Amino acid sequence: MILDPRADEQTETIYEKSVEGRRAFTAPETDVPETPIEQLLPAAARRTKPAELPEISEPEIVRHYNGLSKKNFDLDSGFYPLGSCTMKHNPKLHERVAALPGHARLHPLQDAEYAQGALELMWNLQQALGEIAGLPHVSLQPSAGSHGELAGLLVTRAYHEDRGESRHKVLTPDTAHGTNPATVTMAGYEVVKVGTDEHGGVDLDDLRAKADEDVACLMLTNPNTLGLFDRNIEEIASIVHGVGATLYYDGANLNAVMGISRPGDMGFDIVHFNLHKSFTQPHGGGGPGAGPIAVSDRIEPFLPRPQIVREEGHNGHGPRFAFDDDRPKSIGKLRGFQGNFGVFVRSYAYIRSLGGEGLREASETAVLNANYLRALLAEPDIAEYLPIAFDRICMHEFVLSGRGAKEKLGIKTLDVAKRMLDHGVHPPTVYFPLLVEEALMIEPTETETKERLDHFAEVVRSILTEAAEDPEIARNAPYTTPVRRLDEAGAAKNPVVRQAARD
Amino acid sequence: MSRYTSATDADRKAMLDAIGVGSIDELFAEIPAGVRLQRPLDLPPGMAEQDVFDHLSKLAARNRHGDEETSFLGAGMYDHYVPSLIDSILQRSEFLTPYTPYQPEISQGGLQVMFEYQTAISELTGLPVSNASVYEGPSAVAAAGYLAKLETKRTKLVVSRGLHPHSRETLETHAKGYGMTVAEAGLDAEGATDLDALVALVDDDTAAVFVQQPSFLGTVEELGTLGEAAKRTGALFVVAADPLPLGILESPGALGADVCVGEGQTLGNRLDFGGPSFGFFTAQERFIRKMPGRIAGETRDVDGKRGFVLTLQTREQHIRREKATHNICTAQALNALAGVIYLSWLGKRGLVELGELMLRRTHYARETLGLEAINPGPVVREFAVRVPNLDAVFERARAAGINPGYRLGRDYPEFGDGLLIALTERRTKADVDRLAAVIGSVREEVHA
Repeated sequence: MILDPRADEQTETIYEKSVEGRRAFTAPETDVPETPIEQLLPAAARRTKPAELPEISEPEIVRHYNGLSKKNFDLDSGFYPLGSCTMKHNPKLHERVAALPGHARLHPLQDAEYAQGALELMWNLQQALGEIAGLPHVSLQPSAGSHGELAGLLVTRAYHEDRGESRHKVLTPDTAHGTNPATVTMAGYEVVKVGTDEHGGVDLDDLRAKADEDVACLMLTNPNTLGLFDRNIEEIASIVHGVGATLYYDGANLNAVMGISRPGDMGFDIVHFNLHKSFTQPHGGGGPGAGPIAVSDRIEPFLPRPQIVREEGHNGHGPRFAFDDDRPKSIGKLRGFQGNFGVFVRSYAYIRSLGGEGLREASETAVLNANYLRALLAEPDIAEYLPIAFDRICMHEFVLSGRGAKEKLGIKTLDVAKRMLDHGVHPPTVYFPLLVEEALMIEPTETETKERLDHFAEVVRSILTEAAEDPEIARNAPYTTPVRRLDEAGAAKNPVVRQAARD
Repeated sequence: MSRYTSATDADRKAMLDAIGVGSIDELFAEIPAGVRLQRPLDLPPGMAEQDVFDHLSKLAARNRHGDEETSFLGAGMYDHYVPSLIDSILQRSEFLTPYTPYQPEISQGGLQVMFEYQTAISELTGLPVSNASVYEGPSAVAAAGYLAKLETKRTKLVVSRGLHPHSRETLETHAKGYGMTVAEAGLDAEGATDLDALVALVDDDTAAVFVQQPSFLGTVEELGTLGEAAKRTGALFVVAADPLPLGILESPGALGADVCVGEGQTLGNRLDFGGPSFGFFTAQERFIRKMPGRIAGETRDVDGKRGFVLTLQTREQHIRREKATHNICTAQALNALAGVIYLSWLGKRGLVELGELMLRRTHYARETLGLEAINPGPVVREFAVRVPNLDAVFERARAAGINPGYRLGRDYPEFGDGLLIALTERRTKADVDRLAAVIGSVREEVHA
């Protein structure tokens, strides 16, 4: 990582670079009467203390943010095997098509008549996602995976209430993403945890014991967060449907099975997609994403509104697309307007680039890459310290345990991860899932080459070899990054969450 | 090899050998036959990059975008100029392609951006604590409702009819989940929140009261008075604000807001047919441990060097799970970056100048059009009028390349002939005069 020679300057915030009187913005000419503001706004409504924004010139704004950018590791610079996050390549074409003025400069309330291209794109994307999920009805509205989960539970609630039923529990496996139980609470349900069996799947006996008429839904990720496909999925679906509950698919791990196995065919009623995972929306350092949901026929009436409808054309005219707000059983809106359209453009471009066959090949290669890396890391000199949590063929990701390294080398998973930073690779997801001690969750994705996987295995090996000689090196890593280990406990104890106010 | 992958036949064989299986199919042996897709996905075949580009260009060309008409359409998203430096910085892969900063040592850029963003938004709203962004405006309103529930354990939310219709509906959708009801206070004869109606609704079970500044109709609300009424029984006072006029409007924090949320599109984000933009979420200090989403905080590294981390994470879903203060994970970091660049570009003075320009143009437009005002009091950026022969006006305006605004009747049946007209720094006096001429010509014809 190349640092500016004046590295200290780079920890200055844009506020600290501000100098009174400097500016970047030139206001347009005031072409209307310059009526005194006092005549237009009552005193009680007028700002008394100006908002302190930086005063800085355009060249220095650009340098400031370019300087900051150089302190970020990113996917275009190196390997990023962050488990459950699907850090696959973000094609550059997508940025170009999303920026077309017909997309980027289109007002969300433009009349449907003048937004036919946007509506057709959304319709086409809905059809494609429905086909991939094996569930025909799609709402693109949710803004991210967790928002899709909430949508899923709200339609579940509406479905049960429509049948005159009141249910108050939702089942989640102990391997679930944290968003699942958090969503359950927000949707007004009580979380009931289901255990994991010795193969890494749902413990069927535990599921049978807990599935009763009070259960509204089971939320499941398949393949799960251990990277394992639950081979009992048909039985699970039958148990859940047997008590009248819905089966919800957390699509965070869909990248393993596109075109190979469809959640709808597995028996799921509701699926969310993370367009920022399997469908290449860049992660942006924490968003934007999008979390569309696909549902079965029985859930369809409850989808958020508006829905897009397609009307066949007549007399040689093509089809017309429109928004349908008249959906009496709908749960209503989950957000303003119709969703993160800019994300839809990118994901649609991806699906059209790959086609059905390409998507299947992407999933196959993701699984091939994960298993190859799993095999490399199963070499005895590595596996002794980082044994695999469940020794099976995996799907698109797998989980190692840092138990051996902790016991035999005296270094924790955190130390292994921090030492990776000095090697120019992003560490895997660490300490998740919770049931694996000192977990490292590794998802290489399909867009990595064999050479990069080989290199990553060598990095892991060298860190372990080095630690056998001197564990202090890993314990104090990293050394080459813009900052070293940070005091997170101190930050939480005395939170400083903004620049000190000037008085 | 498909697009974006690189495994050759030789690679594949070597990798399968290393794994110890004979074929890719064997890797999927765990998937029961009954749930395997036995046919190819029914999707159009893949296309070359140039063909995808052409296809999307053709679709885009069927949309009438902001450069193809003079638009007075707002109602929640506005046609402000997005300066070039934003596009340039946002396209840097170091901002575009990383995940949420889970490894702070190699994410200082993104974390410092969050810290700077939080400072700027805190300054605008006059509230000390900002998170690093939520999805967008209306769902930020719903998040404030959830905070109010966690804080007060009460079950009722009161909204002004001046709150964006999407915010009201989104709040209701979410409130059904977390077990709260929503009651609505209407508008008075001036198109502002009806104080008496609000007072009548706020009771001991009211968790929060929501108003919007400026309101959906563009009315500058009397926040101080409304806040007092809201807080009489201990409810939280939540203001949904458009951040851009806050250069000239008193900050919600100074007028008693406990929480201020809003839609950030006006801060350097494109229209994008409605998203992605960002929502902001700010609050008084005492709510810091109940905030939703990511928050960046300042700290030191082991060498004493200044740095930034995600902080107070014990609020969040990945740590606290079912006891989290919200389920949000991925938010809108890149859009928030656009926001803080925009605010730095505007600067302390530019924010005021832009606000004053919008204020004066709004009033100029209202006077020039000479129509019956639905909200005759102070307005900024938007105002509502009754337009006789609204359909004819739309038809004539459209033919002249003008989008006259938003038909209020879609959300407010009581204003069936209402038109909501939005101004930005891009709508000039000449644009307003053209709109006035169109409306005038329709009026003359009707009278003739």
